[in-house]
Amino acid sequence: MSEEQIRSLEKQFEERIARDEKIEPKDWMPEKYRKTHIRQMSQHAHSEIVGMLPEGNWITRAPSLRRKVALLAKVQDEAGHGLYLYSATETLGISRDEMYEQLHTGKAKYSSIFNYPTITWADMGAIGWLVDGAAIINQVPLCNTSYGPYARAMIRVCKEESFHQRQGFEIMMKLANGTSEQKDMAQDALNRWWWPSLMMLGPTDDVSVHTAQSMKWKLKRKSNDDLRQQFIDQTVPQAELIGLTIPDPDLKWNEERGSYDFGEIDWDEFWQVVKGHGPMNKERMKARVGAWEEGEWVRDAAMAHAEKKQTRKEKQAV
Amino acid sequence: MSTKNWPLWEIFVRSKNGLEHRHCGSLHAADAEMALENARDVYTRRNEGVSIWVVESKNITASNPENNGELFEPAQDKVYRHPTFYDLPDEVKHM
Repeated sequence: MSEEQIRSLEKQFEERIARDEKIEPKDWMPEKYRKTHIRQMSQHAHSEIVGMLPEGNWITRAPSLRRKVALLAKVQDEAGHGLYLYSATETLGISRDEMYEQLHTGKAKYSSIFNYPTITWADMGAIGWLVDGAAIINQVPLCNTSYGPYARAMIRVCKEESFHQRQGFEIMMKLANGTSEQKDMAQDALNRWWWPSLMMLGPTDDVSVHTAQSMKWKLKRKSNDDLRQQFIDQTVPQAELIGLTIPDPDLKWNEERGSYDFGEIDWDEFWQVVKGHGPMNKERMKARVGAWEEGEWVRDAAMAHAEKKQTRKEKQAV
Repeated sequence: MSTKNWPLWEIFVRSKNGLEHRHCGSLHAADAEMALENARDVYTRRNEGVSIWVVESKNITASNPENNGELFEPAQDKVYRHPTFYDLPDEVKHM
């Protein structure tokens, strides 16, 4: 194809997206669109998969059967969400194995929030309330994104995710209304998860590199700073309602803006964690790679069994 | 290193009797039986279905969007295939 033809195709492509038309797997697309989507969608899938680890840590120690079934269902959902997203990404021409390879070698990233430890039961509450809360803010606009398979996967994810946040908030509420030790535990979890949750919404707009192009492709509908402000404005009253304090001395309602002003985020910490120096980066990768390697014989055995059954069936047919 | 990867399957779910099976996504499984079991866990965790079809993806033949013109455009100018094409007086009832 000549450069001129490609430019003309690209123009038509951008016009289709501007008209809110969806792009489907077999449609022509610019290489950059394909690559950007593979990167973002696979990172999203990896985050769901690695995201099971911090919560999986507490399933066997949940304080009641009610809490246990809810947490188990939430972690199962995360596995499901990872699978929806992996198969949607595969429609762009990358194999599942290549994606796993990228995750396991550290070439692909996952959300930095999962590199923090879950040291008390209250962390299950804080993750559901804050981490899933921030994730929902990020994900709802993606239900309308331009790539059809991604948008469809996100619709399923968002539908299922609303229980995740509610179960987390319920855990926090219960603890906040409990004994003074329980209340302290809830406050401590909020103290540890608040700032990482704000960082989860991404670097500030002035340093975020992909924003303009992603906005055009509807991979992003609002800037990171806008999403962060939305998250803070909706979360602060929820904390007040259950008598917990947001760990930010600079947090103040700004009458003029109709929003909360908030303190400085420690971006050095964020970049440290992204670069692999968070408290749990090594642990998470070890668990993930270990699960993959230890499952190898099961995958091989299932394949051998399927082939044997197939051969037997063919023999009988003769 | 595994020698063979599990093949990809397309999953179709009937949400209730009376409705058609609808494509809802895909997954990897060693064989059809495992694809059904996995589809149950991946796509029907909240009573989304009463019946599942699984089809190995390589068995699906899809039309190419590049041929959309010749395939679908001929239907565009055949307005006479629609009831509104025909002029009838308002007095005609039940038609």
